[in-house]
Amino acid sequence: MDFDPVLLGRLQFAFTVTFHIIFPSFTIGLSAYIATLGVMWIRSGQDRYHVLMRFWTRIFAVSFAMGVVSGIVLSYQFGTNWSRFSTAVGNVVGPLIGYEVLMAFFLEATFLGVLLFGFNKVPPWLYVLSAAIVAVGTALSAFWILSANSWMQTPAGYTLQNGVAYPTDWVAAIFNPSFPYRFLHMLNAAYLTTGFVVLAVGARYLIAGRHPEESRTMLRMAIGLLAILAPLQLIIGDQHGLNTLEYQPIKIAAMEAHWDGSRPGDFHIFAWPDEQAETNRYALSIPNGASLILTHRINGLFPGLKSVPAAERPPVKIVFFSFRIMLAIGFFMIAAALLGAFLWWRGTLFEARWYSHIMAHCWWTGFVAVMAGWITTESGRQPWLVQGILRTADATSPVTGESILFTLVLFVLAYGVVFSFGIYYINRLIAKGPDETAEEIGHVPANPLAAAEER
Amino acid sequence: MEWYLPVIWAGLIGTAVAMYVVLDGFDLGVGILFPFAANERERDQMMRSVAPFWDGNETWLVLGGGGLWVAFPQAYAVIMPALYIPVIVMLLALVFRGVAFEFRTVSRSKTWLNVAFTVGSGLAAFAQGVILGGLIQGVTVRNGSYAGGPLDWATPFALLCGVAMIAGYGLLGATWLTMKTAGPVSSRARGQAKWLLLAVLVFMVAVSAWTPLVENRIAERWFSLPNFFFLWPVPVVTALIALLCWRWLENGRDVPPFLAAIALFLLGYLGLVISNFPYLVPPTLTVWETAAAPASQIFMLLGTVALLPIIIGYIAFVYWLFRGKVREGESYH
Repeated sequence: MDFDPVLLGRLQFAFTVTFHIIFPSFTIGLSAYIATLGVMWIRSGQDRYHVLMRFWTRIFAVSFAMGVVSGIVLSYQFGTNWSRFSTAVGNVVGPLIGYEVLMAFFLEATFLGVLLFGFNKVPPWLYVLSAAIVAVGTALSAFWILSANSWMQTPAGYTLQNGVAYPTDWVAAIFNPSFPYRFLHMLNAAYLTTGFVVLAVGARYLIAGRHPEESRTMLRMAIGLLAILAPLQLIIGDQHGLNTLEYQPIKIAAMEAHWDGSRPGDFHIFAWPDEQAETNRYALSIPNGASLILTHRINGLFPGLKSVPAAERPPVKIVFFSFRIMLAIGFFMIAAALLGAFLWWRGTLFEARWYSHIMAHCWWTGFVAVMAGWITTESGRQPWLVQGILRTADATSPVTGESILFTLVLFVLAYGVVFSFGIYYINRLIAKGPDETAEEIGHVPANPLAAAEER
Repeated sequence: MEWYLPVIWAGLIGTAVAMYVVLDGFDLGVGILFPFAANERERDQMMRSVAPFWDGNETWLVLGGGGLWVAFPQAYAVIMPALYIPVIVMLLALVFRGVAFEFRTVSRSKTWLNVAFTVGSGLAAFAQGVILGGLIQGVTVRNGSYAGGPLDWATPFALLCGVAMIAGYGLLGATWLTMKTAGPVSSRARGQAKWLLLAVLVFMVAVSAWTPLVENRIAERWFSLPNFFFLWPVPVVTALIALLCWRWLENGRDVPPFLAAIALFLLGYLGLVISNFPYLVPPTLTVWETAAAPASQIFMLLGTVALLPIIIGYIAFVYWLFRGKVREGESYH
């Protein structure tokens, strides 16, 4: 039996990277939230900020560990499954990811130690400073990874010799055309993801009547943040889309399932793209909607999928539907955040139980939106691995399909066991909730998971 | 620049790998010795002796692997497919043992987590030995990429290196426990260290005899003149340190045996470097042939040189903060 190394390698990478992105999209935002709590604690001297800071730090520690573990595997896959990717673009992408490992990972890992173990050993200002450095470290981590990924979408600052890319201008390579948009979009997405988790946990305690002071603080802080960032994401996303239209028009065509570029594009609320017939079935559309969004003119034209041969197109259904899932969640987030802000303004936020009941179940929204967004942009780049330089099919390692299948099975089993453990512990930490007894704050547990158990 | 940049990078990565082998070696070794403890309280004590350090120790693997990818992408692109299965097994073994480590402190039933911790530690050590052996015995390369099969690495020599690595990490772990713990755990480790020292010496002799016999280039490197005049102290110093290690173990010293075990590892490592430099992928690809573009290596070097002192300083601080012996039943905080 023959196994296709390209397909299996893609499956393996898709599995591991999708698993991985869950954790960074949470920890980037959570570390910023923890640092904010620390600053508010120092400035106000109020205990509830400190209690919340310690509570979320425990959850952060477990999530961070799982993010690191699942991320290390990815960097080795560049060699094991995609060695020709290393050969062709390693000169440029290598240092970008290298800086991620070096700066962010080490800064996080070292100051994270102070944040986790140092509470009784260092003065409060150093403790809070460590939290801030960890937050900056996670954002820097995102900076470099997004730079590397954006370079694969819109390469710049390089020359090609015999199919190998050589750097000519690092500033141009790092700040490549799509990077600023993608970075802001992802960073904001991470803050939104965390905001909705904090909102959900706060709402959950509020409904149960537990930790009244802390739950109200969580609700207020989350809604205050989300009411600004959720609408802001729409603007960033719009700008990101215009940038993609300029550099990767076929990706946009797939996102909108726009086949014929000689006519204005409709915005499809729903459709079933038929790739054989090169048309959409069961379409429910806003006429000229996509043209209005993308060209800001009602009759504006933008390239359609038929402008390139079928082999040059990304998988339309995947790109089209994942983009729609992301959009739908995005609009839901804006509505939820503005509604919360309205209730807060009316002074009925904590009495409106129905709102808390809905929000307590919406912790997952950010995670799904992030995954859907990444599936859109990564699938939309196909058949290219590095746009215009290297095709995905040409990037595989000289390894057999059987080897990849064997390790794929190992990964699925291992991740299944390890991450169900991790998620079980995070759940348990949340179920137990923050505690404010003096003994608890005076006592530093041996490690974050011991903290989970001791409650 | 074209000449010395790859050498600097080879030195940096070589240092990172040496740091990794010595540091993670002792905590993997503690995992390997785990089944021989008398009871759970002793196992708790063993774990507490490495708890503040082990994840910091593993970051050197990230620096070594990441550095190889950035500075020598061609070598990375050959080594990873060639040693595909041992590399992935090693990563997963490290994941399992790390998770077992964290969850063991909180779980009520410890049996399965003990098994996972020991098997994960032993398997990671074995896989690392196989990776080392697989590299030394040579990798089939055609046109700059790997041209062998998925199981080329599985030779008796590589498997011997795997077993040798278990013994070596066991020795590091046993001498660490001798130094870092008190009571029965320390004295049992002292006894284990002696046996493991003997085993390590047997493996060192075996590898030292095997490699020049099989690989002509290695025999040439060591035994041709004038190289031999410069190189003969390496085995002599190794033998002397092994002897000292044994006597220190006998005389009830705590710290010197661990330092001697580290020295043995570093000497063995030096021997392998002498045998194989300048090859990064023996016997075909040198550090110069596999290097990234100079612009890439310089760009990365700047950041590394700036940040490495901070990292090392922090690690030294952690070891200083958690200095002293770990006793049974007490918390290390």
